[in-house]
Amino acid sequence: MRYKIFIHAAAAFVAAVFLAPLAWLVIASVSEPRDLLARPLHWIPEHPTWSRYDAIANSDGSDVAGLFRQSMGNSVIVALGTVAVSMVIGVLGGYALARLRFRFRRSTMVAFLIAYMLPPIALLIPLYLVLTQLQLLDSKIGLIVVYTSFTTPFVLWIMTNQFLSLPVELEEAARVDGCSRLGALLRVVLPVARPGLFATMMFTFLMSWDEFLYALIFTATPEAKTVPVAIAEFTGRYSADFGLVAAGGVLATLPPVLLALAFQRYVVDGLAAASVKG
Amino acid sequence: MTDQLNRPAPPRAQETPVRPSRAGRGEARFALFLLLPAAFVVFGVVVYPVVRTLVTSVLDVDGPLDDSTPFVGVSNYVEALGDPGFWRAVWQTSYFSVTSIFFEVVFGVGIALLLNAPLRARWLFRAIVIVPWALPTIVSGAMWRYIFSGQYGALNAVLTQLGLMDEYRSWLGSDPFLALNMVMAADVWKNTSLVAFLLLAGLQNIPSDLYEAARIDGAGPIRSFFSITVPMLVPSIVIVLVLRTIDTVRIFDIVYIVTGGGPASGTQTVAFYTYVRAFSDQRLGYGSALSYLVTAVVLVLSVVYLRTLRKRGALL
Amino acid sequence: MDNWSRRTVLSAIGLTGVGAALAACGTSSGSAEGTLNVLFMQQAGYSEEDISAMVALFEKDNPKIKINKTFVAYEALRDKIVAAAPAGTFDVVLIDVIWPPEFAEKKLIADITPRVPAEWKTQMLEGALSTAVYKDRFYGVPWILDAKYLYSNTEHLTRAGLAPTAPTTWSGVVEAARAIKAKGVVKYPLIWSWKQTEAVICDYTQLLGAFGGTFLDAAGKPAFNTGGGVRALQFMKSTLDEGLSNPASMESLEDDVAKAFPNGDASFALNWTFMWAKTQDEKESKVKGKVTIGQTPAGDGGKRPGCNGSMALAIPATSKKPDDAWKLIQHLTSAATQEQYAKSSLPVWKASYTKDTVVATSPETVAAAKAELDSLILRPGVNHYNAVSQILQGEISNALLGRKPVQKALDDAAAAAASELK
Repeated sequence: MRYKIFIHAAAAFVAAVFLAPLAWLVIASVSEPRDLLARPLHWIPEHPTWSRYDAIANSDGSDVAGLFRQSMGNSVIVALGTVAVSMVIGVLGGYALARLRFRFRRSTMVAFLIAYMLPPIALLIPLYLVLTQLQLLDSKIGLIVVYTSFTTPFVLWIMTNQFLSLPVELEEAARVDGCSRLGALLRVVLPVARPGLFATMMFTFLMSWDEFLYALIFTATPEAKTVPVAIAEFTGRYSADFGLVAAGGVLATLPPVLLALAFQRYVVDGLAAASVKG
Repeated sequence: MTDQLNRPAPPRAQETPVRPSRAGRGEARFALFLLLPAAFVVFGVVVYPVVRTLVTSVLDVDGPLDDSTPFVGVSNYVEALGDPGFWRAVWQTSYFSVTSIFFEVVFGVGIALLLNAPLRARWLFRAIVIVPWALPTIVSGAMWRYIFSGQYGALNAVLTQLGLMDEYRSWLGSDPFLALNMVMAADVWKNTSLVAFLLLAGLQNIPSDLYEAARIDGAGPIRSFFSITVPMLVPSIVIVLVLRTIDTVRIFDIVYIVTGGGPASGTQTVAFYTYVRAFSDQRLGYGSALSYLVTAVVLVLSVVYLRTLRKRGALL
Repeated sequence: MDNWSRRTVLSAIGLTGVGAALAACGTSSGSAEGTLNVLFMQQAGYSEEDISAMVALFEKDNPKIKINKTFVAYEALRDKIVAAAPAGTFDVVLIDVIWPPEFAEKKLIADITPRVPAEWKTQMLEGALSTAVYKDRFYGVPWILDAKYLYSNTEHLTRAGLAPTAPTTWSGVVEAARAIKAKGVVKYPLIWSWKQTEAVICDYTQLLGAFGGTFLDAAGKPAFNTGGGVRALQFMKSTLDEGLSNPASMESLEDDVAKAFPNGDASFALNWTFMWAKTQDEKESKVKGKVTIGQTPAGDGGKRPGCNGSMALAIPATSKKPDDAWKLIQHLTSAATQEQYAKSSLPVWKASYTKDTVVATSPETVAAAKAELDSLILRPGVNHYNAVSQILQGEISNALLGRKPVQKALDDAAAAAASELK
């Protein structure tokens, strides 16, 4: 009984620590600027205002608020595109690394991981040149190309481990029944590997939703600017209203958080299967 | 303990003989076919910049359009190793990495145990824990910069209104080491979630009969935590170390947003320092050498970790 | 990038996808015929709407030229110019006053001296003119003109029993601040932007000028560790030690100052022109009608130069349409255009300041600007400015936090800067 009380109290404490800063973010997003500068601070806004959300939703698109709305759309497209490409490619490659016998298998994996570890700053200027030559600068496709290059090694890594954790007999049974290797992968292995699949998709989505440095340099117009760039512009040199940053932050947080909540169950199972192979 | 880890594993490809059989050659061709798209999207994008940066790192390049870029051998690397600014950044990054990963693992284990505990509304707790991790770094950075603000920050407001502090203070501007710790706190807050989930995954792989056996042997909860839970979590912890080391050594966004490297350069990390030298100062050759040094360190650390992990039975 | 190595590398990796694709693509620049790509900043000075209107007018007069505008945050502006240079993406870029030496030496921006009419030298404000000059060559045309002004809260002065007029010397500011603090009007009468960024250099520059210092001596060696340069930093440190300056100054940028001052939390502040509008905003300002903007105070050097914070329009050296670019720059910087949008940013032309339409946009700032803009002090115009600035920022931060004595910090900065400059 004591144990029960203890764990619930501890969980409540952890939840409070995790939620308090976010709660403040939400409050700030609906507070009047002068409430935010008050001392002592008003924790509950006297006159809650939806003006920033209203501006973001209804702006005609030429100011920061309108730009932010467009950037949300861009981020969604870029993130989904990155997820789609790197998942398809990574699942195929991961299957090869886990199940097929060939030389340089380990070296292949290591080469991919090294590509993942490179600091983005080192690649920035040469990549800019490459994107220019391919005419992909300041485009969503360009960002997808760049993002895929660092999410794919990650997908490969997780999916390889995920496939290794599944019994090989599963496919063998399917192949005895006349499936090809690819058929067995699609029809038998992938459904079983679903948790890892969902978890990896989520990771990949978050990685591209979060990316800042490349987006900052490679995008220029509202056609391609992503959410982190738009938010960095909110916090720029001469904009003083933290409420607008907060409102943008709240909105920018919603898609990944909703996704995380929806796939929460799989995240645990997927990580369990993928990361720790006993 | 390692015995339990080595449960029967599926056949491993690396155990096959070096010379492939005829069937093996077919498999190799199929593997090539499956891996080619991945190789294309990754190396197609990365190879040119990687080679380009390596070439740049042995040249004296003073700007993106520099037309006289003499070959200087390893002198950029030598300069880096004698650059006090770089070493300060190395020290600050090491402190940041070691300390933040330590706290993330300690808190992460605790939270993972809670995530695994028979809580009411466990789904709700899991949902809450996952939220900071899903928060974009840039939002988290802007949020913490504002919370820590010396003039209007919520942290000052809470501490003074609770009577823990008499007056507002400047958290990010008064003491470089304090500022570094504040940035670190923001980072720990965000990344403990991910660590907790990775560790939870490890916890769920521990067979419950181990605990039963320990209980029959008369071990209390604390003893079974240290003699069963902790050792069994080691592989997950190594995964955490690899992922978080790669991340913390590259840490950039949160420094860029929260402190901009100050005060007194006390929050400059290696990645931030590299950015300053390569971009702000336009010393591209030197900046490239710095980033190769960083990559080398990450690589060495990862190899060490991964070897540890492989000894314990995981692939990579 | 240097051509030989680019080609070598490309052919070396010709087998990989990008290599092949690059070879196939040749060197097309990606811009349609007749399109000018222009890089603007979206925060200070002219608003996006202003710029769009100016550009629309230009397009109407020049139907063959289409303008493609890009707006970025100030923080991203420089990185973007540097990263885009090899690709030749932009035809006109907005540059900060501190970049021309470096950009000129590195041939990122074009020397436009032959294009600049001789009469501009007398028609433009002297402070503005120097914005994009390096080694007597022009690298850009000043467009957004700014310096830091002294903002004073007259209500605080009155409550401390002083006359509600802004001090004209820094010792006057300190005396007033002491009186305000003693009366308990506010805890910290002064707020500054002393975060370890370019912001602290702007404040330091303005003080260095006031205390009669120079950044470089006649031989181009660092000299800020002597005379006025030292006294300026000592002054900054003493206001912190005495509790006159808000300790949060050390983490503040100009926009943080622009929150504190209009909120009535500080009696004096140095800031750019943009803060004036914030003090006049009914909704957010608590100090409307109780605030003055004036020329920066004098130190013991007796002079009152403002820190040149202007920005200029320049043509990247890699632009393929420098003639069209120059046409656009002429249009944007013309007196007619600038006077029309004087409310957003003050013109660079002397004559504009006598026109009623310009003065009427904001009599207070125009009066202050007239006095201040004719004598501006530049941050050191050196090739490795950014590296020097980084060094100085770090050491000023060290001195202000008491981690090093003022003289030692500046000596260290001078030594490090000297090795950067050699």
